Amino acid sequence: MPSRLKEALDSGNFVVTSEVAPPKGTNLDTFVHHIDLLKDKVDGLNVTDHQSSVMRYPSLGGCLLINEHGGEPILQMTCRDRNRMGLEADLLLASSRGINNVLCLTGDSVPVGDHKEAAGVFDLDSVQLLRTVRLLESGLDLGGNQLDGPVEFCAGAIVTPEAHPLEPQLFKFEKKVDAGAEFFQTQAIYDLDNFANFMDFARQYPVRILAGIVLLSSAKMAQYMNNNVPGIFVPQPLIDELAKAVAGDAPKGAGLAKGIEIAGRMIREIRDNALCDGVHIMAIGKEEVVPQILAAAGFEALEPALE
Amino acid sequence: MKTITKQKSLDEIERQLAGLDRVFIVGCGTCTTVTKTGGIDQVLEMKERLEQMDKWVSGWTVIPTACDEVTQADVKEYGQTIKDAGCVLAMTCALGVHRLNLYVDRPVMPALDTMFIGVEETPGRFREACGQCGHCVLGETAGVCPVVSCHKGLMNGPCGGTNYGKCEVDKEMDCAWALIHERLQAQGRLPLMRMYQPPRNHQVVPRPRATRIS
Ligand code: SF4
Ligand code: SF4
Repeated sequence: MPSRLKEALDSGNFVVTSEVAPPKGTNLDTFVHHIDLLKDKVDGLNVTDHQSSVMRYPSLGGCLLINEHGGEPILQMTCRDRNRMGLEADLLLASSRGINNVLCLTGDSVPVGDHKEAAGVFDLDSVQLLRTVRLLESGLDLGGNQLDGPVEFCAGAIVTPEAHPLEPQLFKFEKKVDAGAEFFQTQAIYDLDNFANFMDFARQYPVRILAGIVLLSSAKMAQYMNNNVPGIFVPQPLIDELAKAVAGDAPKGAGLAKGIEIAGRMIREIRDNALCDGVHIMAIGKEEVVPQILAAAGFEALEPALE
Repeated sequence: MKTITKQKSLDEIERQLAGLDRVFIVGCGTCTTVTKTGGIDQVLEMKERLEQMDKWVSGWTVIPTACDEVTQADVKEYGQTIKDAGCVLAMTCALGVHRLNLYVDRPVMPALDTMFIGVEETPGRFREACGQCGHCVLGETAGVCPVVSCHKGLMNGPCGGTNYGKCEVDKEMDCAWALIHERLQAQGRLPLMRMYQPPRNHQVVPRPRATRIS
């Protein structure tokens, strides 16, 4: 079965992806609820892979659930926890079970997570993993052996347009393109002028770019990300806007409502100005409000008529 | 180039010495003296600590270079005192422990954890320089080792955690790939940043590593 995400990327339409995070444990209720809530509103749903190096239910299992529920899964795969044999085997499993999209990542470092003494594997890096996907598609594995049945994937990668220094990051972007990445989801971007500059560079390459939209829920969160998350830059006017929204006797949840409004506004601006090919919405723990972000962006039309 | 060590907790040292009440302490005049983990001062301090644990310290010495052959002569000199002890507590790196094990017929206990081989960048600050990976890429990375200087050992450029020249895991630590980029640029060899490095060979010399020089 071909990748529906690939079809969307090739269609020339504005593409929307989002992501869901599996639980820490075997209770899948909330996770499945998020899948059901989002699966028909987006072109693809990432399942995070032990995000921030916090051990959780696996990305592969999450993708299988999305398939069972009729959604389009995007398998996030980091190089942190498996050596090349483990990664190759999981790619075989994914492809054989109708998971047609893979997002190849390096992975966060072990010490930022909740298993601080674990071995960080990093046998491959993200560029090598992308090449491995293409190699397995050609019917060979990294040992040079023939496969009885190759894989098939729409393969993507990530890029951090606000990284400092930026140039090494752009070299790596080019290497990922060389390695066969078809689409990129970016790290969160908030400054659309900076992003437009990045797109001037990225447009030289035959790949689709989905701008990363991370929901801001408060001025504090924005400030925290500026100070602590490398590669994220929230401009001061946005922080002020968030702070103002909760000033005085603003109702509870006014900060989040403002964040939804900002995200929706950014998505609309990106689409109206054709800045890039789509967006990837990360609500980080607030998946419930993704439909509201889409509505704020003017995507009501995408919602099924009857629910 | 020095072997960088750190003292184990006294709890762990006491656990290793369980049932061994007579101890001979060996320090080292080279690396562990520089890192202040096994010089004369630390050996004397350890002697006191052991006595507080009700151990009897039969003697002590600081060998000029414990990983070297001279260790044999030193061990000979203290032969009887070591024999009187039930064990040797080595305030040397693990190489010293190995060396001592060749010449001493008593259990040799490490008092230190051996962490890495490092160069002193600024006084007192050591950085790992080489992990002896078996396939050196320094010629293509402007002399900065991505295997050990990048937290994740990435071979094809920086991760998204690169942070104004520092690494996502520690604001004090340089991002290896920011450094590699800077130095390649200074050398006029930036196109190397675009060069693909294939997956590393982890079995250049399979463990346990050994070789014969003919
Ligand atoms: S690449 Fe790094 S670890 Fe490997 S031999 Fe060279 S300096 Fe040592
Ligand atoms: S920030 Fe730099 S040094 Fe740290 S893991 Fe990423 S690439 Fe390696």
